[in-house]
Amino acid sequence: MELVCPAGSLPALKTAVDNGADAVYLGFRDSTNARQFAGLNFNDKRAAEGIDYAHQRGARVFCAINTYPQPSGWELWKGAVDRAASLGVDAIILADMGLLDYAASRHPDIPRHLSVQGSATSYEALSFYKNTFDIRRAVLPRVLSLDQVRGVAKHSPVELEVFAFGSLCIMAEGRCYLSSYLTDESPNTRGACSPAKAVRWQETPQGLESRLNEVLIDRYGQGESAGYPTLCKGRFEVEGNVYHAIEEPVSLNTLDLVPELQALGISAVKIEGRQRSPAYIADVARTWRQALDNLTAHPDNFSVEPEWRNTLSGLSEGGLTTLGAYHRKWK
Amino acid sequence: MMKLSLGPILWFWSKQTVFDFYANAAEWPVDTIYLGEAVCSRRRELKPDDWFDLARDLKACGKQVVLSTQTLIESEADLRRLRRICDQGEFMVETNDQSALQVAIQNDIPFVTGPSMNIYNVATLKVLAKQGLKGWNLPVELGRETLGELIKGLQEEGLDLPAEVFAWGFLPLAWSSRCFTARHYNLPKDNCEFRCLEHPDGMELRSRESQELFRLNGISTLSGSRYDLMRELPDMARMGVSTVRLSPEHQGMDEVVRRFDQVRHDEIPATDPLQLVEAPPCNGYWYGKPGMELVTA
Repeated sequence: MELVCPAGSLPALKTAVDNGADAVYLGFRDSTNARQFAGLNFNDKRAAEGIDYAHQRGARVFCAINTYPQPSGWELWKGAVDRAASLGVDAIILADMGLLDYAASRHPDIPRHLSVQGSATSYEALSFYKNTFDIRRAVLPRVLSLDQVRGVAKHSPVELEVFAFGSLCIMAEGRCYLSSYLTDESPNTRGACSPAKAVRWQETPQGLESRLNEVLIDRYGQGESAGYPTLCKGRFEVEGNVYHAIEEPVSLNTLDLVPELQALGISAVKIEGRQRSPAYIADVARTWRQALDNLTAHPDNFSVEPEWRNTLSGLSEGGLTTLGAYHRKWK
Repeated sequence: MMKLSLGPILWFWSKQTVFDFYANAAEWPVDTIYLGEAVCSRRRELKPDDWFDLARDLKACGKQVVLSTQTLIESEADLRRLRRICDQGEFMVETNDQSALQVAIQNDIPFVTGPSMNIYNVATLKVLAKQGLKGWNLPVELGRETLGELIKGLQEEGLDLPAEVFAWGFLPLAWSSRCFTARHYNLPKDNCEFRCLEHPDGMELRSRESQELFRLNGISTLSGSRYDLMRELPDMARMGVSTVRLSPEHQGMDEVVRRFDQVRHDEIPATDPLQLVEAPPCNGYWYGKPGMELVTA
């Protein structure tokens, strides 16, 4: 299985490659990709440098253009596809059908990967994308259980990439409009969920409050660690109870599932987090490289080293990790 | 004349409640009725054949009937139900995900796309038009400006693809493999005791300052405010919108339909639709603002 790591900047890209990534994925410095953060992502010059660096060391580079262009943005998004092509990326990660069509007809030789934002949760959906746009690979949404991944993998007409580690979306990706409902930006439209521009922190007599477009997302008592106010991870009131009504702030970690994912024929594991620092990327990439190498060396006797687990726990939201939907404890 | 449609029932109601609802709806001035379970695979008060029978009855009453597919397809059982819907051969299908697109295209049947399908540009509509698309819903997070550009773009391409706009009701905003109703009751999803039946309008999720944010409805999350574009109908008619969608609620729907019907006949009612389930109104998406906001003239 290939290790696919995030690169939000040139230093992060180099770090990922140096620490064992088989491939890295990056985006341009605008809203054409699903991690639009101030100071993050690549202009053409940086991208060219990064692609050079990776290629010289045998790593591949994927370019994510995985938001949904509206008519007013069509030229910008189309231009991003052309730029990725002329930079010589190894694949373009796309979600929008219009752009997939454009990429397939204009740049047929550059492999197309279906982004997780393309919301393909079944092999029938994958067949649609394969038949219509000849995609080579698809990234599966994080809503499927391991059993369901097995079902998809068995009949999949394309290579599959699954999320292995990082922030966890519990809504079917590509069709979650919660962020644009509270703010005016969503992953689909602007590549942003719970955008930083709408976040406000405030110390109050009741505790530290996090707000998103003035909506109270969470309030932290003394000794509680505060997290970024991703709106689905706040504490809300439902019928008189205040709790994490949608999801706790935890991270996805699938180290334990690596042998099963390999047995299912999954082609690649993906690390989330283009918004993360190079130091974070170094730790995660190195740990996963060791795990995958260990699996290759001992396919029948793989076990998760405590050190790997400690490293990854330390890098997780609230120090907590979960197998997410793969293992349905909550089911 | 702009058409009125009733979207699929997004809540979980008992079989009798569903039958009663559509017995009444048969008499309402709506043109199109979308039928079927679009949310949760565990909601099986009505079997596929029940839906097909209902579809025939409503067709006999002069309604155009469209069968809606489940929005989040996860299992082989989901795919079997999806194929049943696409195999029936009598009614148009509303595809709500790419699995449904694939099965509809494979069966070579005409289809429309629901609001959860990502139609953000004309190129996407062109791709689907080649494969049997007969109409489409604007994704709920898009507004007037983009809709106008899409309609203009379709005209320039010479494509006749009628546009439908979700215009009244709680907005479907997200779908998950997890069930938030079961979570609230500390029940496992697979043994949820069908608690959604106790919440025919979902469960209100409020901030700790009592602001209505969302409605939890099984695996789906809807807006806490009610989207209401009634006063935008004349504008939509000028723009060339073909149909406006009203999303079923179990009380007061007759009155809602009546008022939308008045507006499409150029009679502007003095008050907005009766709101028997109390919730603040919103229309922000239409104006390119946060969805929860209310823009007043």
